[in-house]
Amino acid sequence: MTAYLKRKGYEGVAVTVPVTVAYERYSTHGAHWFLGQVVRALVQQSGLAKEQIDGLTVSSFSLAPDTAVGVTQHLGLSPRWLDHIPTGGASGVMALRRAARAVQAGDAEVVACVAADTNHVDSFRHTLGSFSNFSRDASYPYGAGGPNSMFAFITAHYMRTYGARREDFGRIAVAQRTNALKNPNALFKKPLTLDEYMAARPVSDPIHLFDCVMPCAGAEAFLVMSPERARDLGLPHVLLRGAIERHNAFSSDPVMVCGGWAMDRDDLYAQAAVKPQDIAVLQTYDDYPVIAMMQFEDLGFCAKGEGAEFVRSHDLTHAGDFPQNTGGAQLSCGQAGAAGGFIGMTETLRQLTGQAGERNVKDARYGMVGGFGMVTYDRCLCTGAVILEAA
Amino acid sequence: MTEPLQRPPRKNPILRTPQMNLPPSHRGRVALGITAGAAEGRFVLQVCGECGATQYPPREACHQCLSAQLQWQTQDGRGELLAETTLDHSNDLYFRERLPWRLGMVRLDAGPSVMVHLHGEVGAAPARVRVVTRLDRSGQAVLIALPEKGSPHMQDDPMLREMACDPKLRKVLVTDGKSPVGQAMVRALIAAGADHVWVGAAEPWKQPPGFAELSQLPQVTVVPLDVRDERSVQETASLIGAKVDIVINTAEMHRGGGIANRRGLDVAREEMDINYLGLLRLAQAFGPVLRSRAADGLLHACAWVNLLSIFALANHPPDGTFSASKAAALSLAQCLRAEMRGAGIRVVNIFPGPIDDEWNQNLPPPKLAPKAVATAIVKALQSGVEDVYPGDIAQDWLARWRDNPKVLERELAAGGM
Repeated sequence: MTAYLKRKGYEGVAVTVPVTVAYERYSTHGAHWFLGQVVRALVQQSGLAKEQIDGLTVSSFSLAPDTAVGVTQHLGLSPRWLDHIPTGGASGVMALRRAARAVQAGDAEVVACVAADTNHVDSFRHTLGSFSNFSRDASYPYGAGGPNSMFAFITAHYMRTYGARREDFGRIAVAQRTNALKNPNALFKKPLTLDEYMAARPVSDPIHLFDCVMPCAGAEAFLVMSPERARDLGLPHVLLRGAIERHNAFSSDPVMVCGGWAMDRDDLYAQAAVKPQDIAVLQTYDDYPVIAMMQFEDLGFCAKGEGAEFVRSHDLTHAGDFPQNTGGAQLSCGQAGAAGGFIGMTETLRQLTGQAGERNVKDARYGMVGGFGMVTYDRCLCTGAVILEAA
Repeated sequence: MTEPLQRPPRKNPILRTPQMNLPPSHRGRVALGITAGAAEGRFVLQVCGECGATQYPPREACHQCLSAQLQWQTQDGRGELLAETTLDHSNDLYFRERLPWRLGMVRLDAGPSVMVHLHGEVGAAPARVRVVTRLDRSGQAVLIALPEKGSPHMQDDPMLREMACDPKLRKVLVTDGKSPVGQAMVRALIAAGADHVWVGAAEPWKQPPGFAELSQLPQVTVVPLDVRDERSVQETASLIGAKVDIVINTAEMHRGGGIANRRGLDVAREEMDINYLGLLRLAQAFGPVLRSRAADGLLHACAWVNLLSIFALANHPPDGTFSASKAAALSLAQCLRAEMRGAGIRVVNIFPGPIDDEWNQNLPPPKLAPKAVATAIVKALQSGVEDVYPGDIAQDWLARWRDNPKVLERELAAGGM
C-alpha cells in the first residue's frame, strides 16, 4: 500500500502572448481599469474571443474588497476555472504552475494569468500599514519603513557574513538600468553609473535610493494553453519545462540568508533535464539587489556566499555573458504592485520568442524566472522558479 | 555614551506649537498581550504550554506543535543584535519628524528574531543586547534593545525618552502637597531632576508638619488648589495649565468605614467629591491644554498620574465607601486614558495597598511608606510604565484578583486583608 502518487511533469504546456499595460508613476484609475486593459490586450494579441478564455488567475493588491471573483463580473468573463493569487512577487510563477495543471487536466483550455495594480499618490503608505497581521504587529510600528528596513537587515547581515560590498549590489542595479534603456516600458529613462549609485541618498542604511523599487501602476499578463492550441492560433510561444514553489523555507534562520529556491532547485533542473549553464536568460525577482544576488546562489549559478564575486566577474547586461533582468526589471521599470511578480515572466516570453527588440539575447533556448513574494514580517515567504524553453 | 540631557533654549513664542503625530497604533487582539505586559513593565512573549517553544510575532497557535495553549511568560530579553539599520526615510509622520532613527534585528536567546528600536549605546552588529518592552507614544508596546551595560545617562537617549515620561527638567503639578504622600512626591520629583513643582494646597488654615519647609524649596511654588471647588481648579489651571508637563493627582480623602457603622452620607459624599469628582474637575481643566502640548519640544507635556488604591479592584469592607470612590476613580481614569491616548499623553495609575499615614494608624503592617509610593511613581514615569502596584499588599491583591476575583471577594467579606 505504498502507491503514493508520483509528481507529474509539466509536459504539454505552452506559455504565450506576453502583454504589458504601460506603467505610470501614479494613476487615478483603479486596479480594475488596468485589469480591463490587460485582458483586452490578451484578446487582441491572441486573436481569441473573450469567451474563449475559460480560465483566469488574478493577482493584485489594490483590488480589495474584490477578488478574482468580482473581476469576472466586472470584465464580463465566464471562466470555468478561477484562481486568486495574491502573492506579489511570487504570483507570476505560482499563476503559471496552477494554470499549467489546469490545462494539463483539461479543466481549462485557455488560462489568462493577469496581474495589475494601480498606484494612487497615498496608496503605498496604506498598503504598508495593512499588509499583514505580523507587519501590523511587529514591523510597521518600528519606523514604518515598510520592507526597506527588513531588507536593510538582510542586506547588512549578508554583507557582514559574506563580505559583499555596496558596489557589488550597485553592479546589479547599473546593469539593469543599461538593459532598461532598451525597454520602452521602463519608467527610468536615464543611464545610471556606479558613482551615482554609490552617491545616492540613504533610505535605510545600507539600502540607498537605487536599491529600492519605485511603486507605480501597471499590468502584466500572459496566456497558458496547450502547445497544439498555440500552434493552431499561430502564436509565438514557449514551453514550460519545470516549476518549483516553496513557502516559509529556512524559517529557523534568524535573518534570511537563503531563499526557498535552494530547497527545490535540484528538482527544478531535473524536471527540465538541464544544468545552470544551459540557462541563457535569467530573470530574478529584484525587490532589492541582495535578493537578486541570493537567487544567483540559491538557483545554483554560484555557491552560497559567492554572489558578490559572481557579479564582479560577470556582465549582467543583455549583451553580456550572464544576461540577467534583461528588460531592467522592477529596479528600473518600476514596481507595479503584483505585476512586479509577472515582469520576469513576460520578459522571458519576449526573449525566447524573439520579441525583445534591441535587447533580445541571441539564440536563447532556455530561460529561468525566479519569484519571491510577501514580506509578512522579516522576510518574503514565497519563493518559486520556472524554466521555459523556446518552442 | 549618552550625553546628559541639557535644558533646551527657551521656546520661540512666535512659532506654532508642534502638533502630535502618533506612531502606528494598530495591533491585533493577540499582540495586545505584549502591551498588557509592557503596561506593567514586563517583557512577555507567548510560550507554548505543550512543547515549550517561544514565539514572535504573537500567533493564535504554536508555530511548532500547533497547540492553542499559549501562555504569556516574562522574558529576560537577552539576545544578540544580528543586523541594524538607520532609517533616513519613513512614510509615517511620527518617524519623519524624528529621523534618523535606528532599528535592529535581534535574535533572542529564547529563540525568535525580533525587530527593535535601538538604543544609541548599542554598538554595531554583532553585539549582545537586552530587549525590553516600552509603551510608545501611541500607548502600544514596542520592543527596545538596550546595551548590556549602559552609561550613567542612558535614560537620556532620545529614543528612550520618547517611550518614557521622565520628570527630569520637566514642570510638574502635584495636586495636593500637604498629605504625607504629596510631600514625599514633591521631594521625589525634585530628587529626580524636575525643573519646577507646583504644589497644590487646599484649606490655607491647615499647616501639617513638614509643609512649611517644603514650601521654601527653590523648585517649589505653592498654588491654591481645592479639587472640591470647580472654580479653584479652573483658576489654577488658567494660571499654570499651559506650563505643566506632568499632572500628579495626589488629592484623596480616606476615612475608614463601611455602611453599617456610619450614619448619613457626609463622609461618603466627601470621598466621592475628592477622589472621583476631583479627578473629573482636574481632567476637565488641565486635560485639554496638556493634550495640546504633547509635542511641544524636548520637554513636551507627557503624563497624568492618578493615585488610586488597590481597593479600587475589589471592595475592602472596612474601607467600604473609600473603596467605592476609588473604584469610581479607576473607571474614570480608564476614560481619561482612552481620551489622552489619541494625543500621546500617558495616564499612569498607581494602586497602593494601605499607606502608612494617620488614617491607617490602627492597621497592622505591612503598610506602604509615603516615600515608597512617591518613589514608585517616579520610577513608573522614568521607565514608561502605566499601571503600578507598589508593595507586597498590592502585589498580593493583584495576584489573587487575577487568579479569581470571586474568591478574593469572599475572602475579603470574611474579614481577610
